[in-house]
Parts: sequence; C-alpha cells; structure tokens
Amino acid sequence: MSHILLEKTDHLSDTIFKYQKGKHVMATPSNLVLRSDLDFDAGKRETILDTWDRQIAEGQVNVRTNADVTAIAGSTGAFTLSLKDGSVIEAEAVVLAIGTQGNPNLLKLPGADLPHVQYQLDDPTEYVDEHITVIGSGDAGIENALGLAADEAQGNVVTILNRRADFARAKGANVKLLEEAEADGRIFVRRETSPIEVREGEIVLETRDGQETIPCHRIIARTGSQPPRAFIEQCGVEFASADRAAFPKLTPSFETTQPGIHVIGALAGYPLIKHCMNQGYDVIEFLDGNTELKPADEPILAEKFADLPGRRTVDEWLETFRSQVIILQELSPLQMRELMLDSTVHAYGRDEVIFSRNEPGSSMFAIAEGSVLVEVDPSDRSVTVPIGTGSIFGEVGLISGRKRGSTIRAAESTVAVEFSRLAALKLLATAPSANRAVNRISIERQVLQIFGSGLTPEDIAELVEAAEVVKVPAGEVVIEEGADDKDIYIVRVGSMVVEKDLGGKPVFLSYLPAGSYFGEMAVIDGSKRSASVRAAIKSEVIRFPGEAFNALLDAKPDIRDRALTDMAARREINDFVESRKASFGGAVDMYSQTAQFLVDNGLGEATDVLLIDEKLCVGCDNCEKACADSHDGLSRLDREAGRTYAHLHVPTSCRHCEHPHCMADCPPNAIRRGPDGEVVIDETCIGCGNCQRNCPYGVIRMDAKPPTKPGLLNWLLFGAGPGPGEASYAWRKNKAAEAGETAKLAIKCDMCSGIEGGPACVRACPTGAAIRVSPERFLSVARLEEGVD
Amino acid sequence: MATLSPRDRDAGYAEIEQRRSASHESFLAHRAYFWARVAGFASLFVIITYLLVDVEPRHNGGSWYGYTLGTIGAGLIVWLAWLGIRKRRPTPGSWSLKAWTSAHVYLGLSLVIVGTLHTGFQLGWNVHTLAWVLMMLVIISGAYGITVYASLPQRLSENRREMTREQMIESLATIDKQLEAAAQPLTREDADMVIAALEQDVFASGIRARFAGAGRSDATRRALEHISTGRAYDDDPDDLAQRKVRALLGKRAAQIDQIRRQMQTKALLEIWLYIHVPLTIALLAALTAHIVSVFYYW
Repeated sequence: MSHILLEKTDHLSDTIFKYQKGKHVMATPSNLVLRSDLDFDAGKRETILDTWDRQIAEGQVNVRTNADVTAIAGSTGAFTLSLKDGSVIEAEAVVLAIGTQGNPNLLKLPGADLPHVQYQLDDPTEYVDEHITVIGSGDAGIENALGLAADEAQGNVVTILNRRADFARAKGANVKLLEEAEADGRIFVRRETSPIEVREGEIVLETRDGQETIPCHRIIARTGSQPPRAFIEQCGVEFASADRAAFPKLTPSFETTQPGIHVIGALAGYPLIKHCMNQGYDVIEFLDGNTELKPADEPILAEKFADLPGRRTVDEWLETFRSQVIILQELSPLQMRELMLDSTVHAYGRDEVIFSRNEPGSSMFAIAEGSVLVEVDPSDRSVTVPIGTGSIFGEVGLISGRKRGSTIRAAESTVAVEFSRLAALKLLATAPSANRAVNRISIERQVLQIFGSGLTPEDIAELVEAAEVVKVPAGEVVIEEGADDKDIYIVRVGSMVVEKDLGGKPVFLSYLPAGSYFGEMAVIDGSKRSASVRAAIKSEVIRFPGEAFNALLDAKPDIRDRALTDMAARREINDFVESRKASFGGAVDMYSQTAQFLVDNGLGEATDVLLIDEKLCVGCDNCEKACADSHDGLSRLDREAGRTYAHLHVPTSCRHCEHPHCMADCPPNAIRRGPDGEVVIDETCIGCGNCQRNCPYGVIRMDAKPPTKPGLLNWLLFGAGPGPGEASYAWRKNKAAEAGETAKLAIKCDMCSGIEGGPACVRACPTGAAIRVSPERFLSVARLEEGVD
Repeated sequence: MATLSPRDRDAGYAEIEQRRSASHESFLAHRAYFWARVAGFASLFVIITYLLVDVEPRHNGGSWYGYTLGTIGAGLIVWLAWLGIRKRRPTPGSWSLKAWTSAHVYLGLSLVIVGTLHTGFQLGWNVHTLAWVLMMLVIISGAYGITVYASLPQRLSENRREMTREQMIESLATIDKQLEAAAQPLTREDADMVIAALEQDVFASGIRARFAGAGRSDATRRALEHISTGRAYDDDPDDLAQRKVRALLGKRAAQIDQIRRQMQTKALLEIWLYIHVPLTIALLAALTAHIVSVFYYW
C-alpha cells in the first residue's frame, strides 16, 4: 500500500519519547491480544522505543519527520494535506493518530519567533550561566523555574512572570517551594507583570509601575496548550457533542463523518497504547478491503455475553441492547462496543436481589429484557414500584455518589446491563438525549424517594416539569437567611451546610448530604428564610418553584403532614443550638469552627475519613506501621502531615470522595468503588500518575512494591530485616536491586478492603486517637451535646 | 452475595457501619471503663478472699490459695507481655489494640494486688522476691506511661502547629540558607557570631540533649544577643542588614525551640518504654527462675 507516516517532531512515538528516562511502560489491558506487527510488551521506555524504531526501519515504513500538518482539505479519494514548511501531500485516505495533547499556546508578541523562545524544557541541567525567563504561572511553569534554579552551581538567573498577583492555578506545594526559592534569592518572581516584547538578549516587561527591560538569554513559555479539536473540526469532522470531553463521531471502521478521514487512539477515546496499535492495524485492514475483520475486542465481549440466556452472537446482543434500552438508541455500533467493554451484563432470575438498600455502588443499570421491582418501604418488602424494559435504575447512586437508596429485585427473568460509573458518565457526556432522559428520571425518583409512598409519577409530573438543575460552586449561598424567596431544593450532587447568624457569627447548624431537601419551611408556612444554606463543595441542586410544591401539598395532605414533622425536627435543632449559644457561647463557636474546618478539609465530599484526636495521639505511628504491614509494605497514610484544628487532625489519607477526583482521568479505568464503598486502584494500573496529580488531598503515592521482609519474630529475636512498618527507602532500594525492580504504581488507602476486621490503622491505634468517620454522622449536633471542648 | 437474603445484606452493611464507627473514646475510657470495672472487682474479690480464707500457719505462696494467685498472676504477666507482639502484628481479625491497651492497663494495675497477696508479704533477699520487685518496677514504669499518655499528647499537638518533623528540619535548613546570605554584609565580628551559630550542632545527640527542652542558651541566642544588644536603635548605615539577620536569628531560635520541645515531649512519651520493656523481659526470666526453683525444691 502506498503510504506516508507524518510526524511533527524529529522522532517517532513522541508521547513515550517524552516519558522520563527509564520509566517502566505498562501494556494493559492484558486480556487484549496485540494485532499490530510491531511488538509491544511492558518494559522500559528505551527498550520499547528501540524495538519500534528498529521494526519500523525493517518494515520499510515511509516516514517523514518534522512534518507538521496545518490543514487537511478535500474529500475521500482526493485529500490535500498542507504542511507547515509549505509542501503539500495528496492522499486518498487519512488516518489521524495525533492524540489529545495538542499544541502549546504560542506567545503572541513581537519577537516571539526568535530562536531562544521555547515551549518545553526537557533537561533543566542543560543550561548554565544564563538569564532565563519563565512565562506562565501554572504548575508546569513553576516546576520548570524550580528545576532551572535547583543547582546554584549552574549559575542561572531565573525569573518567572505572573500576570496576576497570586499563583492561584498552581498546586499549593509548588507555590510554597517557589516562595521559598524567592526568599532565598534563587528565583526572581515578578507578579502582575506580562511580557510585551522579546529582543535578542533581553525581554521588555509591562509591570505595575511601568515598562522595564531585563536581560534574558532564554524564554520558556508554559502558558497551556490548545486541544486539537479545532484542527480536526476544520477537516470537516463532527464531534459527538459540544462537551469538552466528547470524541469524534466514528463508524465501526473508525471513519469520521468526513468520509476518508479516520481517527484512532486517544483522540478516538482509547488512551491505552495497545488499543491504539490494534486500531491502527484494523483501519489499514479495512482500507485494504478486509471488511470481514472482526474488532480485536470481539472475544472479550463474547466472554462477557457468554452467561446470558439464548445463545445470541455478540452483534445480536449489541443490537438487542441498543434497540431495547431507551438511552442507548442513538449510539453507533462502535460506541456500543466501547460502552460494553466498560460494562457488565447480568441475567437475573425471578426475585433475585440486584442491589440492596445502603449498599455502596455508583454504577447505573439498564433493563434490556424483563422488569424489576423497587422496594420503596424499608420495613415492608411487599411495597414495590415496578420499572419496565428499556428503562434504567441505580442512577441516583451514579449521580450523587452515595449508597443505594432502596433494594431492587428482578420481577421476572431479567437481562440487565450494568454501566460502570465511568462508562455511564462518558455515555451521558456524549449522548445528549440519554443525559436528558436520565436527568428527568433521576429528578422524578428523587422526589418519590424523599416524599415516600403514596405518590405516583403522575402526581409529581408538574413538579418535575418545573424542576431545574442548578450548579453551585463551593461556598456559594443557595438560600440567604432572612430572604423572601420561596423555592425548595434537593441536593443532587455534593453537600450543603446550614448556618444561622447568631450575634454576628455564622453558627453551623447541620450538614446536608446529597439526597436531602431543604427550603421547605418558607414554602410551607410562608415565613422568611430562617437559616442560610451554602454549598460545602462544588455541588448541584434541583430547584422546584414553591408554588408547584404547595400545589402538591394541597393535593396530598399526607405529604404535608410528613413535611411538617420533618420541619419540626429541624426547628428543634435550630432552637437547641440557639439556646446553647446563650449559655455556652464558647462551645457553640468551637463546634461551628470545627465543623467549618472539617468541611474545608474535604469532609463535605468524603464518605469515610480517618481523623486523629491529637489529645490522645502519642505519635507512635503504629497506624502507619499497621497500614504498611497490611498492604505490601507501603503505608498509604501520612499521620503527621495534614491540617489540625482544635486538636482534631485530618491526616493525609484517602477520604473516599463521593465523586473521586482520582477517577477522572485513569487511562485503564483501574480506579473503582469497592464493595464497602472504598475507592480502590486495581492491578491494571499503568503507573501514569494522573490520579496522583488529580487528587486535591495528595493522598496517592507512586511507589514500587518492595520485596517481602523477614517475619516479626526473626526481627524480634535475631534483628533480621527492618522491623514492623514501612522499610526505609534505602532498604527497599537495596533489596529491590537484588530481587529485581518492579514498576512504580499508584497506591492509596483501600480501607483495608477484604481484610477481616476492617481498617488496620484504627485497629492498631493503642490509645483510641484514630477514628474513621462519615461526615453526616460526625457533623451532627450530637457532637455539641457530647460537649465539644 | 446473591445467596444472602436481602435482610442479611442489610444487616451486613449495618455491621460495616458499626465496625467503622470505632467509637471516639480513649483507651482509658474504652467501653465505659469496662476493664477498669473488671480489674477493680477482681482486685476487690482477691482482697476479700485473702482476708476471709484462713490459711495455716499464715498466708504464703505455697498454700493452695497462694498457688492459685500465683498461677493467675503468672498467666496475667505472660498475657500482658504479649501486647508487645500484638501491637507489632496487624493480622486480620476484629481485634482492637485500644481494647488490648485498656485491658493491659487495668489488669496490669490489678497485678499489684494479685502479685503482692500471692507473696503473703513474705519478702526476702531471694529470687522469688526479685520477681516481685521487678514486677512492681514494671508496673510503676507503666503507671508513669499512663500518666504521660494522658497528659502529653495535647502538648505535642500544640507545639507541632501542623508541621511534620521533616518540615521542621527543612524550615531550619531554609532559615540557615537565608541567614548565610543575609550575614554577608555584616562586620567580621558579627559574621563570626552568625557562623558560630550556624556551625553549632544544635541537636547533639544524647539523652540529656533530648530532655533539655526549649529556651536553652546556645550559639544562636548568643549571636542574637550580641547583634541586638544596645544596637537595635542605632542609626547605623548597616542596620538594614543587621535587622534582617536579627529577624532571621530570632526565627532560627524559635524554630530550634520548637524542634527541641518536640524532641523533649516525644522523649518523655517514650523513655518509660526503655525501662518497661527490658524490665518485663527481666521479669519473665526471674519469673521462670522463681517457678522452676519452687518446683525443684518442692
């Protein structure tokens, strides 16, 4: 086949080329066979690059490096590709495997094209005795500046420019290092300064006090990058939606909406190396006329569907799911395959329980055949609401990130698809109609769940119609104390805190997790808002107009009674706190401030947090040691680090967030919620470090599993090995050198999942200082009654 | 999971909740002072029976009553010593070290009664009394441990001010680096004082250094006094540099104090274990000798 491989840089495989030297590259998923003619196995970066370069040379691939494509015009059979150097290439078909990294934002100022302006820093030790200016106030810029100034012997004069007064976009730890370097005089930090002109050997700056020119031999610009979407759209390719996370629309042969242009790899939504290599193989086979080729994932899907009744083929099942399930109807066969890879299918017998009330779980189910029953009354199994073929369930767990609200069992023989949290979120982001359908169903079910039995979907149709989903940034006030508005809200995602102004100070009244409602008092009795409600973390609320709610209450007196009971309970809490305020002002202040401190430290989005009462902690670190000894010899908790307020310490340890930030960008989808609600990383981790960067609480570490230690008695009696707890870095390194090094993988707290007795940190605390709590239990007025001292 | 009935599953999750909520109670107050009550009643029972049981010719370790108390005491000692293993072995299972510590503390204290009444107050210069003396010393050191565990953690927490040990050391290193740069313009004499402060090994090891605590006179304080005394308000052209050095020296002294206070508190929390544990091992040896000799000379 006549072909040309265009590469923007001067070397192939740029993504892996940019990995740090000696990095161990993983080859997941292991159950996927490699079709490509190039070999690929887990191993060191250098080995992989060498193999590929050699095999590409042997296979006589026609490669053209330094070929940056700026535009693709024409249509299938006759494309023209314009290159940056002005040359033009003609092609019948184009395969885009350009990834999602994009191009760095270029400086737009006079002199920006001078050769000493660069957009990447590969090796900070390369430069000596230079005046170097770093532009950009994000982590990349700060890390580069710190790297360049790290070794004083290099004699570089490093300046970093920030248009604003603070480094709000960067991580706290980086900002702190930068400020330290500034105090030491190692780096010049210029705030509220932007560059206006680049000249040979100097740079002109616009500062708060006017223009200034400083010497400058090298400029490193780190001002973010432009995703390649715009370029691809210019080629005539449509994306599935306007969502930032959306991928191009593709046929089963990876062809885009612009016939003749194909997209594979990360850009098509497959960030793993092996997927991309297989797709490259498949596309070329398709172009070569081999239309019979089954996708490489066929055996994986066949295995998934093997236990379903009726001996249907993979294609038949995919078609059954797509045609039966409402939210899947607009998906293409390729999207269906991708979705099913991240999903599981189940066949349930009559009366089999699918999930139970209070079971942790954030997956969503769709019914392909049969129907299920929801047990709406926890005390009576026979009170049920049916859900029929084609509909979904479990969506509340997906959206709120909290435990299941009710038990669901199969009403007859049922085939259901279970979408993992990630697959479901991807589906909602790419299929707008699915998103709308799920939203409507979830609002309706949430109202039914809160106001309980006796209501039918028809009763609340009007209310649901009038509902609106509102996004609330962290800290924003939803209801202001004393205001006159009359809307009622349900917390859909995140959590809220209720506060009352007492004597000029906000006093914490209660914590509302997702699934609670608020604002009903003003609606029912027409009074002014008696307390303020604000978002503890980034949240979403459903807003219902007060009139629609009142109309419902008028029609259903039972509901009004129930709302009045709830309201009385809330009033009681308010009155209790208020009465305490008069007699024990100090205790109430302390309670409020402690609650606020915990919310600030992530308790608002947590499901289970380790706290240490420093009035009891003797600093023996037995928690860390027990953690390390229960998990491959590495501790997943740092007792000393973290914030403390009123002797309550939040150590650096996983909070098992409702919507885990770490899950956001995991190429092999290795992070999931376990059976007890814990967030765990499984063995498919490829060690990319995305989760570590995404975790706002810094609880994930990247480390290699150390070799096993000699046993406790050997240490106790003969002094063999490093003893209990995590072995020192030096010991691990020495032992690993003997036993063979393993890859650095992401590790984090798994709440001692699968270990009888539960979290070792708490069990191993000799004084009772270490406790694990869930926010709604810990942030309750009960603490005030216990006497918070 | 599918084999469980829904009710069982509900109960299962409730149990997980329960387990997680390891109640917020100290080891002393664990389960509403359960072990304190057990140990208290046991001690009381032993005292009463000691007074009521009439042993001829008098109470001693060799009577049936003495053997009973001795067996209980020896069993207790071995079990109490087992805490050292338990603590270092985080095996699966629903044990709680807090419960163990609570029982260890109260049952250990009750050993004063059990062990002493076992002797029938027949003490002398022999291996039997040696075991009793060692036992009492272990218990006394343990009582010190209870006292510091109950009183010092708060001080540790307050002194730490959210800093970890590494951060304290790093902070000192940062101040030192800044001090070195800031001292360049000073006069020879002043600079020498600063250099002396920087060169002094502030954490000279040794038991005395660890216990000495904060506020000690050292090269840093001497330099601070030298540079600030009488000169603070001089209209000196070099004063800017001096002021910077003065501020940094003050920061350095405060940082050293924090580290020393941390070391001191930690030392107070740990020192007793260096007596408690070796004495326990000595006690186990003496106890063995005591038991063997008793049966050898039956």
